[in-house]
Amino acid sequence: MLSGFVCIVIGSVLGGCARYFISGVVARNVGETFPWGTMIINVSGAFLIGILGALATDQSSLMASTNPWLFAVTGFLGCYTTVSSFSLQTLSLARDGETGRAVSNVLLSLVLCLSAVTCGFSLSEWLLT
Amino acid sequence: MLRKSNSTTADRWNTGILYVYVASGAVVGGLARFLVSVALQTGTEFPWATLFINATGSFIIGFYATLTGPEGRLFASARQRQFVMTGFCGGYTTFSTFSLETFKLFHSGMKQTALVYIIASTIAWLVSVWLGHTIASRLNRLKGS
Repeated sequence: MLSGFVCIVIGSVLGGCARYFISGVVARNVGETFPWGTMIINVSGAFLIGILGALATDQSSLMASTNPWLFAVTGFLGCYTTVSSFSLQTLSLARDGETGRAVSNVLLSLVLCLSAVTCGFSLSEWLLT
Repeated sequence: MLRKSNSTTADRWNTGILYVYVASGAVVGGLARFLVSVALQTGTEFPWATLFINATGSFIIGFYATLTGPEGRLFASARQRQFVMTGFCGGYTTFSTFSLETFKLFHSGMKQTALVYIIASTIAWLVSVWLGHTIASRLNRLKGS
């Protein structure tokens, strides 16, 4: 029980810091007219959760046990990816009159994240068999 | 030369402190997400818990960002804003779990439920952040301290 909480805490620290680091690097290099940082974070996180999700279906794999899942998925990937920044950035685009960019952000995020999770899951399944 | 190196040391220190604030917020957010998802386990296929978590997180970030923004009535330091917005809200909400849940619904043949989940989530997130922002703007415009 306690070890599960410790796993979430360690994963959360790493995931939150990784997001802060990557969004900073992207903002400095690409600029902030479009929220590419959040997009890259959410798409890469979706790809990774696809891989881990497929691994967890195999009972003999590490990801099928509780603590590794709490660390990597609940802690790390949960804190790495974010809906709140995505929502706030979409709202700012819409409020600035950038309706096209706001709509693109929503559609592109959904399409890319769902494609990424599908790719990750399929890749993992293919490697397992 | 000396002055320059001093300022970079100060910058590095400040950046390090910001990481501590983000990490602490992420821990609180991550644990809160875990506890809420356990509390809201409904036993149905529809991922209500994640929907609730992402909608409430969007509401909080919209509310807090406007209340502590340039025209906000509540002062918050850059560190406090990083703790709440980047740390807590970012750690509490999750796009990865949403993606995996949607994929699993599709994968198990529940295409209609998956589509409803995508549409309901997107609407809930955006309405929540807008609602949080709107309520905070009203509060900002109220007279008095």
